[in-house]
Amino acid sequence: MSSLPPISGITEHGTVMVKAEGVHKRFGALEVLKGIDLQVAKGEVMCILGPSGSGKSTFLRCINHLEAINAGRLSVDGELVGYTQKGELLHTLREKDIASARSRIGMVFQRFNLFPHMTAEQNVMLAPMKVQGLGKAESRARAAKLLDRVGLGDRGHSYPAQLSGGQQQRVAIARALAMEPKLMLFDEPTSALDPELVGEVLNVMRDLAKEGMTMIVVTHEIGFAKAAADTVVFMDEGVVVESGDPRSVLDNPQHDRTKLFLREVS
Amino acid sequence: MELEANERGRPEDIKAVPVRHPGRWIAATITLVAAASVGWSFLNNPRAQWGVFGDWFFSQRVLDGVLTTIELTAVSMAIGLALGIILAVMRQSANPVLRSISWFYIWLFRGTPLLVQLIFWFNIAALYPQIRFGVPFGGPALFSGSANTVITATVAAYLALSLNEGAYMAEIVRAGLLSVDEGQNEAAEALGLSRFQTMRHVVLPQAMRVIVPPTGNETINMLKTTSLVFVLGQVLDLLTTVQLIYAANYKVIPLLLVASAWYLILTSVLYVGQYYLERRFGRGTSRNLPPTPRQRLIAAWRKWRPVHEGVAA
Repeated sequence: MSSLPPISGITEHGTVMVKAEGVHKRFGALEVLKGIDLQVAKGEVMCILGPSGSGKSTFLRCINHLEAINAGRLSVDGELVGYTQKGELLHTLREKDIASARSRIGMVFQRFNLFPHMTAEQNVMLAPMKVQGLGKAESRARAAKLLDRVGLGDRGHSYPAQLSGGQQQRVAIARALAMEPKLMLFDEPTSALDPELVGEVLNVMRDLAKEGMTMIVVTHEIGFAKAAADTVVFMDEGVVVESGDPRSVLDNPQHDRTKLFLREVS
Repeated sequence: MELEANERGRPEDIKAVPVRHPGRWIAATITLVAAASVGWSFLNNPRAQWGVFGDWFFSQRVLDGVLTTIELTAVSMAIGLALGIILAVMRQSANPVLRSISWFYIWLFRGTPLLVQLIFWFNIAALYPQIRFGVPFGGPALFSGSANTVITATVAAYLALSLNEGAYMAEIVRAGLLSVDEGQNEAAEALGLSRFQTMRHVVLPQAMRVIVPPTGNETINMLKTTSLVFVLGQVLDLLTTVQLIYAANYKVIPLLLVASAWYLILTSVLYVGQYYLERRFGRGTSRNLPPTPRQRLIAAWRKWRPVHEGVAA
């Protein structure tokens, strides 16, 4: 990556939500991301497809700094992720600044990761109360509204173990939305679900996309990508193989690796 | 074989003759008879002097001893638990100095007998005749006093019991923290919770499920371990008290029975407490919590009553 674009380009505010330039990530000797260049506009829905081990989940985790990148530049809404630039030097952000940046990026995990010792309502209320300092009554009202929105208005007092996988994932989406995020990251949100439960989660996500939420979705659901995505990105072995609007990538792929992958999943 | 369908078109429920287990009945009878004979000989042994047992069981001195034992147990467990949490969190810290200090503490206190620690703290004056808190390396002192007046036998007992317990609790708490799925940390961090908030609201409450059962054992252990303070001779816990009494009246066995009965009563109370604590921290892990003994009694009564009332009618 000798030809990094000028760093000044990162600070643009306005239309770009996520900007990745030459993003590299290594785990020890294993290079998982080998130079990712991507842009996600505000309000855009991007679906990232690719075989397992292609680095798509790692890239998603880099966006909210669950993983630190090793080289390149990654910014969300004009702010570098995990670092701040003073002159020529990058400074590591303090923990509390990282936390506050994360609080505006919602994340939904493959395995839901709901807090099992809290009810659905308490799961949604926790971050608004502890991070935003919202009162209990206000948080509860917000939780009720969000649970209603994902179709679980009557399950607020259930513990995660009492909910189906699809219901749990919808609670997880409500929990992420409770922080009023400007960007939502979905890491294979339907991969751990029984086939008949996939639809209810995708419906919630589709509604979210319609309302103009900026979303990056790592998924194997080609149908969802076709219907909801503005951009589809195909990744393999740590690089972006091709990207574009869903029709061109999914119906008329240019690269052999994309063609092979699409044939295998469909 | 042709299955005969009932009126709803479903085969009749199976009503099979159960297998008999004569071996079980024989074994149960033998064990019961053996246990009953041991119990009978014990209760009827005149040397047990049950009259003396009765005289001392509710005496003021013994009750004071029971109270001291409870105090020693409660305070040492509380300090031990707090220390254990701090040490366990230090052990997982990113700071290598904190990690090593925690490791060293656990190594030191788990590696020496508690009895030695007790005697050591009691004799600390021989090592540090003056105890002072203040600016280190010889600066001005905020507090100072003679070790002999500061570290009384009671203080030595509390120090030894709680510092030693801290080392064991640290390992129990650490196992609890490690049992919580890494995804929980990630989910909490992704929501913007600080590391402290994640620990306090997400990880620790879930770790409690793993921490509570062995902590109950530790508490029961501690209750009995407090009897070691008898070596100091001046802390009037249950065992020391009965020892002082039988040293004067030579009724060794009845007074040891008094102490044993009280220890049994106290550990039984702890059993019950542990059951309800485990229930509380099991929330969210199982779909349905097991019924409490009271709920079980009520359910058994309801099941029994209609059958027998039906027979009567």
